[in-house]
Amino acid sequence: MNARLLPYVLILPVTVFLCVFFLYPFALVAQQAFAGDGGFGLENFRHVVSDWKFPISLKNTLLLAALVVPVQLALSLLMATMVTRMEKGRDLVLYIWTIPLGISDLAAGLIWLAIFDQSGFLNSMMAGLGVIDRPVSLLNYQHPGIVLAAIALAEIWRATAIMLVILVAGIGLIPKEYYEAAEVFGASPWQRFYKITLPLLRPSLQTALVLRIILAFEVFAVVAALGGTVFPVLMGQTYELQFALNNSAGAAAMALIILGISIGFTLLVLRVLRVPKGARI
Amino acid sequence: MSFKMALMGATAAMALASTAQADVLFWSTQAKPVEETQAMRDQVLAGAGQKVDYQANDGGPWLTRLQAEIEAGKGTIGVLGALHGDFSALKAEELVDLSSVDLGGVKVNATFAKLAKLGTDGQPYLPWMQASYIMAANKKALAYLPAGADINALSYDQLIEWTANVEKETGEKKFGFPAGPDGLKHRFFQGYLYPSYTNGVVRSFKSDAAVTAWEKFKELWSHTNPGATNYNFMQEQLLSEEVWIAFDHSSRLANAFNEKPDEFVAFPAPAGPTGRGFMPVIAGIAIPKTAPDMEASKALIAYMMKPETQIATLRATNFFPVIDVALPDDLPPSVKAAGDAIAKMSGAPDANPGLLPAGLGDQGGAFSKVYSDTFERIVLAGQDIRTVLDDEGAILNGIMQKTGAKCWAPDAPSEGACPVE
Repeated sequence: MNARLLPYVLILPVTVFLCVFFLYPFALVAQQAFAGDGGFGLENFRHVVSDWKFPISLKNTLLLAALVVPVQLALSLLMATMVTRMEKGRDLVLYIWTIPLGISDLAAGLIWLAIFDQSGFLNSMMAGLGVIDRPVSLLNYQHPGIVLAAIALAEIWRATAIMLVILVAGIGLIPKEYYEAAEVFGASPWQRFYKITLPLLRPSLQTALVLRIILAFEVFAVVAALGGTVFPVLMGQTYELQFALNNSAGAAAMALIILGISIGFTLLVLRVLRVPKGARI
Repeated sequence: MSFKMALMGATAAMALASTAQADVLFWSTQAKPVEETQAMRDQVLAGAGQKVDYQANDGGPWLTRLQAEIEAGKGTIGVLGALHGDFSALKAEELVDLSSVDLGGVKVNATFAKLAKLGTDGQPYLPWMQASYIMAANKKALAYLPAGADINALSYDQLIEWTANVEKETGEKKFGFPAGPDGLKHRFFQGYLYPSYTNGVVRSFKSDAAVTAWEKFKELWSHTNPGATNYNFMQEQLLSEEVWIAFDHSSRLANAFNEKPDEFVAFPAPAGPTGRGFMPVIAGIAIPKTAPDMEASKALIAYMMKPETQIATLRATNFFPVIDVALPDDLPPSVKAAGDAIAKMSGAPDANPGLLPAGLGDQGGAFSKVYSDTFERIVLAGQDIRTVLDDEGAILNGIMQKTGAKCWAPDAPSEGACPVE
């Protein structure tokens, strides 16, 4: 076979697969979102945006992302640096830290529900320690702060490992010589992290952040399990439009709105963390 | 597995249909699971004195065949079985008037029989069986009932007082309400709160009486376990004793009664100023004008209404009798408890049934969202009742205009689409 053609032939199956199962349905969804009574228009968008829950779910989604992503970033950086320093048992620790990745997000939500529930572990523990007399209901509309904190905690527990894996790989790519040179010049560990690891980790940080932010806007099952109706998010509204209200066009419009937000933030991350061409490893 | 069973059912159905030309065809939307269908055939219809071919279908195919036969002017369907909503979507003149059928002294529930008139003077269909939403309580809560209150004839004020007493004495909010994402809260507003306070569901949506209803509900909510926004099936919280008093669909309370029959009581929903609003799920039987053998069809109708048949139907389908009949002792505890409560509720002198919405087509979800949203805005978000009712009333009116759905009980009948007044 012609060697120049080979790469194209090899990626052909994936391309066809993506076109049939991703691009084509995507085009249909977009068409549905813009379809209205009289041809094309923004009617569906107006309809979903004017719903009283839209501003609340938008706010909640952004708030959750703003709360969860920075914490995860800091945690995963810390964990990645720790792991790379380890001489023994590195693989074991990595495996344990990535266990939550293997659990479906709904299952993760249910695990945390079992903890925070009125008859859950946290209540039993506090009652056992004598902190409270009787079980208290934590996840309810009277304590939106606790609900938010529980969801954020579950999300951090569940999805930090995604960033961790990417960052561990990224740190592994940084040549040892830089650190050795820095040590020769007497740089402190903090300076080495700040002047070498962080800047050289930028490409991995980009990937990790883009991935994590997109996932943050798609958050659904954990919120559904822990928040019930108290904490509406964009994805939950999309689900409700499609399955409870039989409004596929509205759900399609909502999906496009989420896509728009994701693209916006992705571009922002790419721009802020861009690596000049000459500075790439 | 279920596909295989469906296939077996279909094969059996085809075999039956081809061998049984002269049988009465019972064309139904009820008892669809294959075990229930088989129980209907073996335990209920075997004693009918004539061969009956019981066929259970989804609503769509059920209606398609019926309409085809009506349009053709001749058909093979002998008896129809369906929900009230299915019948109210038909024209009454397409069904045979059943008021002349001799039921042999059986006393049919008067409230349902009146609903089954579908606004005519005749009896286009007869009530066949029922299910409903009821209240359940842990027996420990009974000690806190307000003085002079009869648990089988509570008012909303007494219920509020009761839940307040429980909170005062135990320090915990012990009322439970299925306000979770999968909870049936909207049915409570449509079938219980609104009929009890406004004698309507759609017309009176933003009336002054509706404002009072929501104020009362907020009061009840203040004694409700705040975790209720995560409750979907109240049997769970009843069993864990997170709540002592709860409202839900009888089938969503069943486990509590079956697991600890001695700890719980079932009782009717409370009453408000305009009666004891409740939402029965009513199935009826009818004869289409095109039935091939009218006498055989009428005989089957009379057989279905007999006390023994009604009990056999309860065992086969878990739907309750619509006639005066004593339930036998060997039923599962949940059936006994719920059956008792439903009978008391529908037989109460102030009963004011609010039916399941009819004629909304694919807007059923949007219709229910109006009620859930109203609840979330008024009760959870603390918004002004009048403003919310005006807002949501406009959305509700839009849905009614779009579907052209006529008013259903307890709203007064309408000419065209049911208006929000």
